[in-house]
Amino acid sequence: MSQAMLSVRNLITEFETDEGRVRAVDNISFEVNAGETLGIVGESGCGKSVTAQSIMRLLPQPMGQIVGGEILFQGRDLVSLSVAEMQKVRGARIGMVFQEPMTALNPVHTIGRQLTEVLLIHKPITKDQAIREAIVMLDKVGIPSPDIRMTEYPHQLSGGMRQRVVIAMALACQPSLLIADEPTTALDVTIQAQILELIKELQTHMGMAVMLITHDLGVIAETCSSVVVMYAGKVAEKGSVYDVFDRPTHPYTRGLLESIPRLDTPPKSKLTIIPGMVPGLLDLPQGCRFENRCRYRKDSCTVASPPIETVEPGHEVSCYEWRDLKANESKIDVVTGGGDSITFKMSAVA
Amino acid sequence: MSVIPLDTSSVSPLLQVRDLKMHFPVKEGVFMRTGKFNKAVDGVSINIMPGETLGLVGESGCGKSTLGRCIARLYQPTSGTVEFGGTDISRLGRRALMPFRRDIQMIFQDPMESLNSRHTVGQILEEPFIVQNIGDKQFRQTRVKELLNVVGLPARSVTRYPFEFSGGQRQRIGIARSIALNPKLIICDEPVSALDVSIQSQILNLLIELQKEFNLSYLFIAHDLAVVKHISDRIAIMYLGKIVETGDGESIYRTARHPYTQSLISAIPVPDPHHKSHRQVLVGDVPSPINPPSGCAFHTRCPKVMDVCRTVTPVLSDDRQPVSCHLYPS
Ligand SMILES: Nc1ncnc2c1ncn2[C@@H]1O[C@H](COP(=O)(O)OP(=O)(O)OP(=O)(O)O)[C@@H](O)[C@H]1O
Ligand SMILES: Nc1ncnc2c1ncn2[C@@H]1O[C@H](COP(=O)(O)OP(=O)(O)OP(=O)(O)O)[C@@H](O)[C@H]1O
Ligand code: SF4
Ligand code: SF4
Ligand SMILES: [Mg+2]
Ligand SMILES: [Mg+2]
Repeated sequence: MSQAMLSVRNLITEFETDEGRVRAVDNISFEVNAGETLGIVGESGCGKSVTAQSIMRLLPQPMGQIVGGEILFQGRDLVSLSVAEMQKVRGARIGMVFQEPMTALNPVHTIGRQLTEVLLIHKPITKDQAIREAIVMLDKVGIPSPDIRMTEYPHQLSGGMRQRVVIAMALACQPSLLIADEPTTALDVTIQAQILELIKELQTHMGMAVMLITHDLGVIAETCSSVVVMYAGKVAEKGSVYDVFDRPTHPYTRGLLESIPRLDTPPKSKLTIIPGMVPGLLDLPQGCRFENRCRYRKDSCTVASPPIETVEPGHEVSCYEWRDLKANESKIDVVTGGGDSITFKMSAVA
Repeated sequence: MSVIPLDTSSVSPLLQVRDLKMHFPVKEGVFMRTGKFNKAVDGVSINIMPGETLGLVGESGCGKSTLGRCIARLYQPTSGTVEFGGTDISRLGRRALMPFRRDIQMIFQDPMESLNSRHTVGQILEEPFIVQNIGDKQFRQTRVKELLNVVGLPARSVTRYPFEFSGGQRQRIGIARSIALNPKLIICDEPVSALDVSIQSQILNLLIELQKEFNLSYLFIAHDLAVVKHISDRIAIMYLGKIVETGDGESIYRTARHPYTQSLISAIPVPDPHHKSHRQVLVGDVPSPINPPSGCAFHTRCPKVMDVCRTVTPVLSDDRQPVSCHLYPS
């Protein structure tokens, strides 16, 4: 039986806040195999970064806690590892690229020192060897004149170069799993293309598994083999990119795919919208979390949270109405601008 | 839905920018002048017609916001002219600018930064009228309610503070404030970049509706080309302080001429897993506007660079889809 590189099972993560306990990640499960890229997509605040922090055991302390589930990495449960054991896994076997590159870099140390430190902690090599390896790594991530850059400080680099340094650090020890949290969101599309290409290339060479967090559906479609769509702390839908992009079943996934402007939509045409907004973690509805924005909602949706069910092998969805929706999937109805009617009536400005 | 083509022959442009330059002096340390300049905007000419949207695209730091701020006269440009409705406003003083401050408004990426957090939404929306000395208290309050209605916010929002709203709702407040005085031109500086996909479309629809209703002109700055193409009539591509290509959205997308535009378009991730990307990955680093490369500023990264590009600066051609590149001799 082939074993997944990473298998997250029924993960629940909570935060202690001034206004009470909130459940940021509520019973989510997914797997990533070696050589595969899994995308995680969803609205801001839906729990993508908290999921990554849970896997890395880097939740803000003491507020954040994993209160349920397992995180199996190469078959070993990371949740039960001691702090020291986890330290070894982190960096050496799991590399992480954070949403904001500056948080991962120390402003008072040179790029070279930070890179060689990572290598020295996790590899039995000499300082000279580490320096040579660091230069090779910087070169691989496309940083020109890497030997000069080694002596520079983070603030001397552009945003795109900093992000590439962070990626170099995450990849330095040739991890089996790379977790990248919005690695290209702050970058220009041309630089983004460069970095995504690089991750792909290194993945093919090293057989690394990648978990890529992004809100860009284009990036998911181009780089991932499978995708998890999250909504308000839960998995709404997951499957291969073909399942999710060709046969989106959850109303939220459908709404997302319909609402993005595409290069071939007629200019200034009305875009489909998802009316309203995500509920806050402190006032989550009792039933389906998408209920207040869903155009397929029935009264029965508001009673309890829908279970996750299998639509077809590997394609799962959490919605009571999925059978009806699936039956109608060939004619996804385009509701434009529903629930957001605007009346123009204004008095003249004197 | 059909798009009515703008008849450019009979109408004169609302905005005409000619050879605009904004050079910031580069300082090192405290008070120290180096004599160097950051040529953030370096000779830009653009037109915007009444009711038209000009999209402005280009990578971070290429001068998009600076150009927008010069037009809105938040900056006094170093040289060049900004003709608005026939008057050059580029050198006007505070008093003479007053009426133009009504006509030209700005919307920003992060409305939180531009909205005074200690003021209620009511106070924020009333302020433009007070500054311009328009109407009495009662008129202003009626108008504030109308504005909230226009941007789709409940009337009770007047007593609430910006932090009590979501990002998308705050952007609506920013939009409401920008249209308060019936402006003619709105500079939209990355108005949806910070918003979730599902909220972006709400705001884009709103901007398009407002434009139709009030015949607004937009300068729409963004880095997402799909968004820009959706909302714009024409698109201008900017690179290191200069416009390198302009044209209608469809032509820019289908028949891009400038190598930078071509790589930009090829780099846009397409939300369709069946799409085979033909990405042209650029190599070489983004040059700095303080030490711009000689000749064509793109020559350090251009896949089609020729010898002439390193020494001779190309100029924008004078045809249907103006481009500034030696591959297209005029
Ligand atoms: N330290 C914390 N204390 C309390 N709540 C937190 C903390 N960190 C995160 N949360 C909450 O957990 C939820 C999920 O946050 P998370 O950062 O995972 O969102 P995200 O999906 O990564 O969003 P984005 O796309 O904006 O990065 C949010 O509602 C957030 O408010
Ligand atoms: N007030 C200022 N003083 C000095 N330099 C400035 C000022 N504003 C902008 N610049 C510089 O001018 C150049 C262009 O900046 P600008 O903000 O216009 O870029 P942009 O295209 O809007 O980038 P982004 O996409 O990141 O918003 C940059 O090098 C910037 O550092
Ligand atoms: S369970 Fe009901 S409310 Fe939730 S997504 Fe499905 S149809 Fe909509
Ligand atoms: S002028 Fe030369 S370097 Fe510049 S874009 Fe054209 S071909 Fe490339
Ligand atoms: Mg996040
Ligand atoms: Mg800007």
